[in-house]
This record gives sequence, C-alpha cells and structure tokens, in this order.
Amino acid sequence: MSSTTIQIISRSKYYNWLVKNLFSSWVNTILTVIALIFVYQVGSFFLNWAIFDADFRYNFQGELIIDRGFCSKNIMPGEYGACWAIIFARWNQFMYGLYPIEEAWRVNLIYALLPLAIIGILFDKIPFRRYFIYFTFIFPFLAYFMLYGGPGLSVVGTNKWGGLLVTLFLGVTGIGLAFPLSILLALGRRSKMPIIKSLCVVFIEFIRGVPLITLLFTANVMLPLFLPDGVNPDNLLRALVAVTLFQSAYMAEAIRGGLQAIPRGQVEAAQSLGLSYWQTTRKIVLPQALKIAIPPIVNTCIGLFKDTSLVLIIGLFDLLGIGRAALADMTWTKLYYEVYVFISLVFFIFCFGMSRYSLYLEKKLKTDNS
Amino acid sequence: MSTDQVIHLEKVNKWYDDFHVLKDIDLIVNKGQKIVICGPSGSGKSTMIRCINRLEAHQKGTIVVHGTELTNDLKNIDLIRKNVGMVFQQFNLFPHLSVLDNISLAPIWVKKMPKNEAEDIAMSYLEKVKIPEQAQKFPGQLSGGQQQRVAIARSLAMNPDIMLFDEPTSALDPEMIKEVLDVMIQLAEEGMTMLVVTHEMGFAKTVADQMIFMDEGRIVEQASPDEFFNNPKSDRTKLFLSQILNH
Ligand SMILES: Nc1ncnc2c1ncn2[C@@H]1O[C@H](COP(=O)(O)OP(=O)(O)OP(=O)(O)O)[C@@H](O)[C@H]1O
Ligand SMILES: [Mg+2]
Repeated sequence: MSSTTIQIISRSKYYNWLVKNLFSSWVNTILTVIALIFVYQVGSFFLNWAIFDADFRYNFQGELIIDRGFCSKNIMPGEYGACWAIIFARWNQFMYGLYPIEEAWRVNLIYALLPLAIIGILFDKIPFRRYFIYFTFIFPFLAYFMLYGGPGLSVVGTNKWGGLLVTLFLGVTGIGLAFPLSILLALGRRSKMPIIKSLCVVFIEFIRGVPLITLLFTANVMLPLFLPDGVNPDNLLRALVAVTLFQSAYMAEAIRGGLQAIPRGQVEAAQSLGLSYWQTTRKIVLPQALKIAIPPIVNTCIGLFKDTSLVLIIGLFDLLGIGRAALADMTWTKLYYEVYVFISLVFFIFCFGMSRYSLYLEKKLKTDNS
Repeated sequence: MSTDQVIHLEKVNKWYDDFHVLKDIDLIVNKGQKIVICGPSGSGKSTMIRCINRLEAHQKGTIVVHGTELTNDLKNIDLIRKNVGMVFQQFNLFPHLSVLDNISLAPIWVKKMPKNEAEDIAMSYLEKVKIPEQAQKFPGQLSGGQQQRVAIARSLAMNPDIMLFDEPTSALDPEMIKEVLDVMIQLAEEGMTMLVVTHEMGFAKTVADQMIFMDEGRIVEQASPDEFFNNPKSDRTKLFLSQILNH
C-alpha cells in the first residue's frame, strides 16, 4: 500500500515538474514541442549514423574491414552510417604514435598511473592524501624513465611519440610546469620591486599578446640559438617550452585575480606576527588565493589542452596529427567524419571532465565559505 | 634616559604622496604604561601606531623600539615585530585556519617552536581569553567578540611585551564590546605595555596612564586621564570630548 502511495506521489511530483517547466503556457508548450522535434531529429540522425547503421570491425556482410572498400557505406552508398574500422585499424597510432608496440605497455602503465598522480591535487578529502601527493612528485621522474627509457629499458626517442601520448604529455606536463612558474609570475607582478615587477608584466603581456602558433614557431626556430652548440633539443621539448610559457602567462593572470581578492589585513596580520614575506605568502596568501583562483585556472587548462593540437603545425603528431596522417593513407582516405568525430570525442572527454571539476569546485567554494 | 623607555618617537613625519599625515610626532612610552589615543577620523591615529611596527614606513624622524631603530633594515623590523603585538579593528584572523592554528602559526614558524608545544601555548591563551572550547572551529563560525579575543590570543602567543590596539571594539556589536574590553583590562592589570586607539572613554578612564588626543596629524594634547577629562587645555580636545561624551 505504502509503495503505491509513494509511486503516486512521485509520479505527481514528476507531472508537476513537467507542467511547471515545460507546459506552463501556450508559448512554452510550442517551444517545448519544437525543441523536442529538433532534438529527436538531430539525435536520431546522429545515433543512426554513429551506432545503429554503423560498421565497427565487420561490415554488413560479416567481413573484417581491412580498407575503406570494405565499409558498408562504400559497398551500398546511402544505406549505411559510420565506418569505425579506421579507428580500430589505427588504434595503436592514436594511442601511442609510432612508439614500438612491444614497448607500449610502458605507455599504458603511465596512462594507468596518471589518475593516481593527480587525484591528490584535485581532491582534499580523500583518504591517504599525503601519500598521493608524494606520488604526484615522484610521478614525473617515473613517467620520464618509463616513457623515454634508461637503464634496463630501451630508449624510445620522442620522435616516435605520438597521438594521445603527445597530447597528454604536452597538456599535463605543460600545466604541471606552468603552475609553479605562474605563481612566481603572479607574485612578481604584484611585487614592490620595480625590476621584478616590470619583468613579469612584460613577460605576461608579451605572451598573452602573441598567438600560441607564433610561440610554437618561435620556439622551434629560435630555441637552438639560445642554447650552446651541440645541445639540440628535440621538437617535442621545443613545443613543451612554448606551451609551458604560454600557459604560465594565462595561469598567472588567473592567480593574480585570486591574490587581489585577499584583503590587505591578512598580510598585515601575518607581518605583525613576525612572519617573513615568504612565510606570509606560503601560509596565508597563497592557500586563500589559489582556492579562489582554481576555477579560472581550470578554465585556462581546458583552453591549453585543446590548443596542444596546434603542434601538428611544427611537425608533431598529436591526436589530431595522427588523425590527419590516417586520412592521408590511401587505404583509409575520405573517412573524415569518423576520424574527426573520434578525435573530438577524446578531447571532449578530457575537457568535459575538467569543466565538471571546475563546477564542483565552485559549488564547494560556496559551501565552504558560508 | 631611563632604561624603562620602550618606545621613543622623535619628530616623526609621514606623507602619503603630497598628503602630510603625521607631523612632528614626539612620543615616549615607558615599560608597563597604558596609553589611550583618541581623535577625530582621519587624524592619523592608525597611521601612528602602524608606524611603530612598520606596517607603515615613516619618512622623517626616528622611531626606536627597545633600543632598536626602525629603518629599512629588515632584521630590525623582524626583531621589533617579534616583540610588538597588534590587534586590528577587523580582527584579520586567517579564515582558512582553525582557531588553534591561527594562534600556533607564528610560534611554529617564527619562533620555530615544536608543534605540540605551540599548541599547548595556544590553548593556554585561549583559556586566558575564555574561549578554549572554540579551539577547533574556524573564524567564520565565531561571533565578532570571540574572533577579536582569538586575535588577542594570537598576538599574545608570540609573548610580546608591547601590544598595539587599533580600535579593537569599533567593529563589534555593543553586547560584545565588554567581553573584549574585559580581556584588555586583565592584560593591563598584568602589566602589559599598551597603546590603544579607542573611543571607549570608560575603558580609557579605567586603564589609561596617559591620554593622547590627535588632530590633523599632530599630537594636540597629552595628559593624565584626570587632567584630560576634567581639565582639557586645547579647544579642539574640548570640542571632541563634548561630542563623544554626549554621544
Ligand atoms: N594608504 C593610504 N594612502 C593615502 N592616504 C591614506 C592612506 N591611509 C590613510 N590615509 C589617509 O591618512 C589620514 C590618516 O589616516 P588614519 O587611518 O591614520 O586615520 P585615523 O585617525 O586612524 O582615522 P579613523 O578614526 O577613521 O580610523 C586619513 O586622511 C586617510 O585618508
Ligand atoms: Mg584608524
């Protein structure tokens, strides 16, 4: 009896919500209907194309698809949707680039450990957080050793790296290196020492005034000029320098916003207790400022993550570069939609994750402060 | 001069750009003295006491605290700040730290005290200001009066021998003023050297050895409370007193 009552109540709740939000007036009802028709049309078209009428590894005749000629849509034009076989065929390249496949377990291991390395930074209330943070600091060395190689592991030059590996390497390392740099830049920009202050202002404004592509070209061409003869950093490292500098300028501005929100009295109280500039900064100012600045920082990270795809212009094969290489292959050419939809989906997963994290933080900030 | 002299300001002048905030300030404070400073808004009271622990820098004249002259030398500034505590109108507690951490922070980082020792000291000062039960809370969860008492405990935990108070009760609701003043009176009875900017004239009459009236960047009148309240010399002091006492 009680369960039917609950059902009735919850059903009427649901009904009330519908009436209130979707059918409250004639105009609202018409808009709702139009929107539903639109969503239905677009959604069903896409789902049919991407899933119901699509080939994955086998075509409609049950044959393994080994080139574009086997795709159902190329055998019976107009009847079938996407041909995802290209993604399966090129999967290793999308994930690792030209990394030797017998060594790919090293990359997989790093992919698997990456979440453990960042979880301690992202969430402050997880158990054993201290150990996760230790791991965060060990991880870069571990990742370098596993990915590049060294004693006991064969060396895999970065010219072999590609696909998601390059995208994540540039994104994660760029953000990781830019973070401390951006804190120094933001503090420097607010420094009372005129030389430090103007250096930081010039750096930040210069970088923000230049497109990332220009920086990538510049790093590619100019970096060797600044380094001693014989030191010839590889392309990936040059790109990393450009990406890091770029990101640090934007992050610095986000952090500066946080610093500005800290009342002067906080610094004065710390000073009056005898804390030094660095103690005040570390213990009082930064913890409060970063907390405020994290949502805008995450937004700059989302931007950077997408911008890493620009490195294909200096000859690196990130996810997008690998996709274009796949399309250039005569056996698979012309499957543009499949390749670009897949790449978009991968970028979307990461960026959407960051965006949700930023929202979560904003909510948490609000409840923390009340 | 006597060795009891702990603060000595001589011909101190300060400008904010063109604006002359402090004009030839002379002031001597002896050990254990309680000095109450009053005066109209903008007269430079805050600026003067903030010069004593170098939250503001003066441009002319000398300020000597415990025999150390305040200059740009950071070592001297650190030395003086360790011995001079300050309580602000807006409390300025650190909102991201618990009450206990607010108080033990400076002993741990400035005096390099072991954490548990610093926390014991923090607790003893919380007991002194009568809110030991709030140790684990965050500043945002306390009333204004409680926050200000934590701020006093935080300063005292550095074991200063001079305390500066800049309108410690002006941001408080009337019913909380007394609990803060009581702590300050107790501190005065224990012999702390205190410079207090306040318009609480009841408190001044109970505690002060010296009253100072400031106007337009000058010390206009300095006298014992008895003289000051019953027989003020300058007209500006008379006007000011009549305004705030009738208020
Ligand atoms: N950072 C600053 N820059 C410029 N002018 C300032 C600054 N701080 C204070 N002043 C000015 O200096 C004068 C003295 O300020 P101060 O805060 O010392 O006054 P006060 O006597 O404490 O007043 P109140 O009772 O309002 O606290 C005021 O006219 C004020 O506007
Ligand atoms: Mg003031």
